[in-house]
Amino acid sequence: MTDPLVEMKDVTVRFHGTRTVHAVNGVNLTLMPGETLSILGESGSGKSVTLKTLLRLLPENRTEIGGEVRVAGADVLSLDGRALANHRGGVVSMIFQDPMLALDPVYTIGDQIAEAVMRHEGISRQAGLARALDMLTRVRIPSPERRMKAYPHEMSGGMRQRAMIALALSCRPKLLLADEPTTALDATVQIQILLLLRELQREFGMAMIFVTHDIGVAVEVSDRIAVMYAGEFVETGTVRQIIREPRHPYTKGLLAANLHGAVKGERLDAIPGAPPALETKPTACSFAPRCLVRQDRCETARPPVVNFDPGRMVRCIHAVEPAMA
Amino acid sequence: MSAAAPALTAIAAIEKSPGYWAGVMHRFRRDPVAMAALIIVLALVLMAIFAPFIAPADPYRSSMIRRLRPIGTPGFPLGTDELGRDMLSRLILGGRLSLLMGVTPVFIAFFIGSAIGITAGFVGGKVNTVLMRTIDVFFAFPSVLLAIALSGALGAGIFNGLLSLTIVFVPPIARIAESVTTAVRKIEYIEAARASGASAFRIVRIHVLGNVIGPIFVYATGLISVSLILASGLSFLGLGVKPPEPEWGLMLNTLRNAIYVQPWVAALPGLMIFITSISFNLLSDGLRSAMDIKA
Amino acid sequence: MNPAFATASDPVPRPPLLSVNGLRKHFPLKGGLFGRTTGVVRAVDGVSFDVAEGETLGIVGESGCGKSTTARLLVDLITPDDGQILLESRRLGVDLDVRELRRHVQMVFQDSYASLNPRLTMEDAIAFGPRVNGMPAAQATALAHELLAKVGLEPRRFAGRYPHELSGGQRQRVNIARALAFSPKVVILDEAVSALDKSVEAQVLNLLADLKKELGLTYIFISHDLNVVRYISDRVMVMYLGEVAEIGPVETLYANPTHPYTRALLAAMPSMDPDRRTQEAPLSGDPPNPINPPSGCRFHPRCAKAESVCSAGSPGLFKLPSDRHLVACHAAIPGSGHSLAGVTA
Repeated sequence: MTDPLVEMKDVTVRFHGTRTVHAVNGVNLTLMPGETLSILGESGSGKSVTLKTLLRLLPENRTEIGGEVRVAGADVLSLDGRALANHRGGVVSMIFQDPMLALDPVYTIGDQIAEAVMRHEGISRQAGLARALDMLTRVRIPSPERRMKAYPHEMSGGMRQRAMIALALSCRPKLLLADEPTTALDATVQIQILLLLRELQREFGMAMIFVTHDIGVAVEVSDRIAVMYAGEFVETGTVRQIIREPRHPYTKGLLAANLHGAVKGERLDAIPGAPPALETKPTACSFAPRCLVRQDRCETARPPVVNFDPGRMVRCIHAVEPAMA
Repeated sequence: MSAAAPALTAIAAIEKSPGYWAGVMHRFRRDPVAMAALIIVLALVLMAIFAPFIAPADPYRSSMIRRLRPIGTPGFPLGTDELGRDMLSRLILGGRLSLLMGVTPVFIAFFIGSAIGITAGFVGGKVNTVLMRTIDVFFAFPSVLLAIALSGALGAGIFNGLLSLTIVFVPPIARIAESVTTAVRKIEYIEAARASGASAFRIVRIHVLGNVIGPIFVYATGLISVSLILASGLSFLGLGVKPPEPEWGLMLNTLRNAIYVQPWVAALPGLMIFITSISFNLLSDGLRSAMDIKA
Repeated sequence: MNPAFATASDPVPRPPLLSVNGLRKHFPLKGGLFGRTTGVVRAVDGVSFDVAEGETLGIVGESGCGKSTTARLLVDLITPDDGQILLESRRLGVDLDVRELRRHVQMVFQDSYASLNPRLTMEDAIAFGPRVNGMPAAQATALAHELLAKVGLEPRRFAGRYPHELSGGQRQRVNIARALAFSPKVVILDEAVSALDKSVEAQVLNLLADLKKELGLTYIFISHDLNVVRYISDRVMVMYLGEVAEIGPVETLYANPTHPYTRALLAAMPSMDPDRRTQEAPLSGDPPNPINPPSGCRFHPRCAKAESVCSAGSPGLFKLPSDRHLVACHAAIPGSGHSLAGVTA
């Protein structure tokens, strides 16, 4: 059996500042090479923070990270200097919602990719440029030779997204982190990028963690889904399990709120209320205040974590006996 | 079905949020640097107001026999100047004119510049072009040169100094006011107000002023230090305050020959200018961050 | 569909509540040293549609299709270059003035935070409109409280709050309350729920449905989310590069999309079935921008069915045999010369 590529054990992230925020509260995650996991959650659920922990992208001076993070055998939390630089971009790479943040506006696309490859692999500029052209071809940018010399602002939104993907994959990372990369795109462009990521992932044999708030997007790209709420995974499973047999009330609510198959004129089963502020460490079920099937014990003690089989977890008292809605 | 005419029922008591300015004060008070700057500025203002009562000696009485005494001379804690006048008293009294010259032009320019900038920013189009291009003409001159040229043309004296400094500060304030207003005008709550049928004047009064005056004020506070230095510069060149009036810039000028004899005494007016201007700068920085609200 | 509804066609057709005819707005692109006009953005180019009283018209399309510009034109936040806006058969600029139009047609914007003045409390924000229109202060405040309660925000807790103290969903409720302060007939919701989290979005959609029922409102619902549009709309209008591509009853349009662009939009929706994931993107490339749009049918350069007739002339909206279903596609217009279209009407 192969070793997992990513292992997160009881990871906590706390931000200190004018007020403390418990952004991630005990996340456990195992990802095999070549696998795709989507982290599904709403704003403030801690999904992006979890992702950034894998790259150590959080501001060091006011972030307190606990637990264990291992990627490809390396202890990410203790990396520094050269090793951290190699980890970022070499082993793990990331794409963002806004490509303008990832691309340098004053360099051409070709130069940026070549530069990244030269730095990580120590190859010549010539070879770097050749790799850049190859990458632009692989992300299906039309007339890649011409685009090599283009600046980011000269490209359309979808094209920039492709250029950013080319840059992220140029050093053949083992793991690609995607932070809502298609959220800002138009529908017909979004599906192109999703299909491209799916193909590239197969082609490069890399693993991918995809953060999104859109269930449809998660279904399109991933093998497994982890539903995140208030800094915790409340349910994990294969895409089929999450879509067809959701067990956690929050997952069920999210599926209903997607409106896929909602009947016109009928009231939506909206989850009432709003997510908690995360100023204290959770001592009960974080979802209890909004839950329609809560019981008294939900508000006094942490809910049980029920593991059905590896990769299938539900953090709810109703996990075993199906909840009556 | 209509909600247009509710009965004039008693309005239920509501939970009032602390207002915006209460929040600003709260954040400002927790900023130690800004608070220190505020205390220094207040102390300087108080010192200027009560100068005649605080000054231990007559700042005008000179004496040829005790010129340029060092700091710590009995009876003259900060020494004496080139005419034997008490430095401490002169520094205290000099604060009056210096602060007047520093604050007044910025204060007046704040109103004029804001009016021009907000008008240009809100009306936009040709009005903006005409107003702002006119303002741009003033930017062709460095502010120091402009102040000197204007003062020179108007002649020496406190009033002419104040006038020329005011003219110098209108353009930068107008420019900031214009850019802040233009930014605010494009935000959707202005569109929403227009969609409710409000007149331009009302939109400016309710929705624009409150949101632009803060940033303009902060910027203007930052200009006070520049104004102080420029005013001192004018006096130094003999264009602002005339001797024997005590004013820090003028004192710096007249003491410059003593720099080899009593360097510490000669540096004192400069030190006062430095402390005052940096205090205003830090105060303005503190205000800026206190006014920055995040959703 | 409800059979009673289907047969209940009025013997005397009632005039539509809001009617738009040939609406056009081109923005000149300024550039160069002296601000010369270097190009024209054809943001909205000859858009016509009707909205019946009590109905919800969904408008969908991608960035640059002109849906937001259309919304702003409807409340005269932008002045149209050409075209007519009629409210209850009264024409804007002729026997209907802007003030009255704005009182009857109100708008809710996407960005809940930017839509509220950060210096005003919620009651002041809601009361602003009525006060502008001459309502005494005390009465306006009472109205604000009533409206807050109506949108599900307890007045005692929320009236004195500032925008940054509220969540996105709460702010959007305030924006809806503000739009309702005029007792409008039509409310335009420009991506009003798009920025909200899914769970909160569902709450606001429920609120919108309740308000519509209670106040007899008519909605124009602009969104890029086809699931939401399907749920809330009675009819849907698809826009592409400033023009109407297709308009029709929601079920007809979703079940039987006729314009190739509508089909592409629907096919681009992520599949919710893990066993039937999307295998092919319906369109390649980005939506073009509306500066110098293509000749003829604006969709033809991206259309798989394009023929010479498509680049030659603009198809115009054609009424299909099914009820109230119009499409602007040569392939659907008999006699257009397109090989897929019938020869005669």
